[in-house]
Amino acid sequence: MIAPHGGRLINRVVEGAERDRLLGLAPKLPKVVLNAREMADVDMIAVGAMSPLEGFMTKTDYDSVLARRRLAGGLPWTIPIVLAVKSDASAESYKEGQDVALETQDGQLLAILHVASKWKMDKGDEARKVLRTDDKAHPGVGYLDSIGDTYLGGTLSVVNRLKYEKYNNRRLDPVETRTLFKQKGWQTIAAFQTRNPIHRAHEYLTKVALEIVDGLMLHPLMGETKSDDVPADVRMKCYEALLANYYPKERTALAVYPQAMRYGGPSEAVLHAICRKNFGVTHFLVGRDHAGVGKYYGSYDAQKIFDEYAPGEIGIHLLKFENSFWCKRTGGMASTKSSPAGPEERVELSGTQVRDMLRAGTLPPPEFSRPEIAKILIDALKAK
Amino acid sequence: MLHETKVTVKIPRPLYRKVQLVIEKSGFSSPTDFIVFVLRDLLGEAERKGPAPAEKAADTIEPNEDFSATDLEAVKQKLKNLGYL
Repeated sequence: MIAPHGGRLINRVVEGAERDRLLGLAPKLPKVVLNAREMADVDMIAVGAMSPLEGFMTKTDYDSVLARRRLAGGLPWTIPIVLAVKSDASAESYKEGQDVALETQDGQLLAILHVASKWKMDKGDEARKVLRTDDKAHPGVGYLDSIGDTYLGGTLSVVNRLKYEKYNNRRLDPVETRTLFKQKGWQTIAAFQTRNPIHRAHEYLTKVALEIVDGLMLHPLMGETKSDDVPADVRMKCYEALLANYYPKERTALAVYPQAMRYGGPSEAVLHAICRKNFGVTHFLVGRDHAGVGKYYGSYDAQKIFDEYAPGEIGIHLLKFENSFWCKRTGGMASTKSSPAGPEERVELSGTQVRDMLRAGTLPPPEFSRPEIAKILIDALKAK
Repeated sequence: MLHETKVTVKIPRPLYRKVQLVIEKSGFSSPTDFIVFVLRDLLGEAERKGPAPAEKAADTIEPNEDFSATDLEAVKQKLKNLGYL
């Protein structure tokens, strides 16, 4: 079984007498109400999905991640995992060396943050170093603009797991996916990250991976996404339909990846890979413009960034894929790596073309999208 | 021809309506999801009560100071209940 990032699967969930003590202490503490991204981060840290993080980053780790894409101890890490508060009068109640209660937006206590570090951040600097842009039209920059400019860092003691409203039958913690893989006898596992419905091109990548590994985990991101991304409910129906009809059941698993999207392109690709390693995954698929948005990143920047690290440092095998398509000449799915055909012999549709077809109730060609998937998307558009 | 992996089970309509009411805001996306979950849970419970010596031999991750053998059994049971195993 692959080792977690840093060698140990972190567990920050407290139980028994210590939990009782913290529950008694919490009402007397200053509190922070978390947003959706921060809630998901707390829950992932709690169960080791972001090992070796034991809480929100301190300034030392934050500065190191921005400067050299590594935690202060040297482990590769590319995205700050941080807790922001506003720099107003209430911020004075948060002090280094003291505890803060972290709550959901409906007042449920999740965790106690043991504040070790408090600092004022530079939003522009973080945006440029992590997202490679400070354009406010970028959703990640927009997020930074919406939050406070003071960060609190320190370890977490999680007293209550986050209660999710949906997909509870698809939520597996790292210890559970690791147990699943072991029980199934899978020694090599590929994970596919997506925030979109899966069309034939993506199906092809996962099938190629499945030819060389023991099992495939479809691990769609179901945390917060942009409002114009395909809704999670619709995507989940697509994944279930695709797996039920076109994949061998005994070699696949579908589980939710609860993290919020950062739209950080290359930086986020590394984060996605590291977290999947914590879930016990050995191979991670990175295709064209992974975790990208708009025109902010080069098509294969999310693959190139892994070359900045020495072989083995990330610790998970990267499966790099180019754009794939149905090739009329070879009569199958292919990419420019495997087909000599020119663009005129490819069945490729732009996102706009597909959306126009679906809005008109027209099924895209079966070489582009499985009919079950197209029908789910058409029905979803009709219901809007 | 696609391989059929599911079958249709008929239940009384009043019961179905009750299920629809129960799952509102529960996180289940359909009555079918809820019914499958309940059945798996019940069947998993029945299996747990019965003898299953063969399954006990196939441990997954090694128990350690953070993760006991009891925890491991609970994880395996959850995976079974959810239909992963």
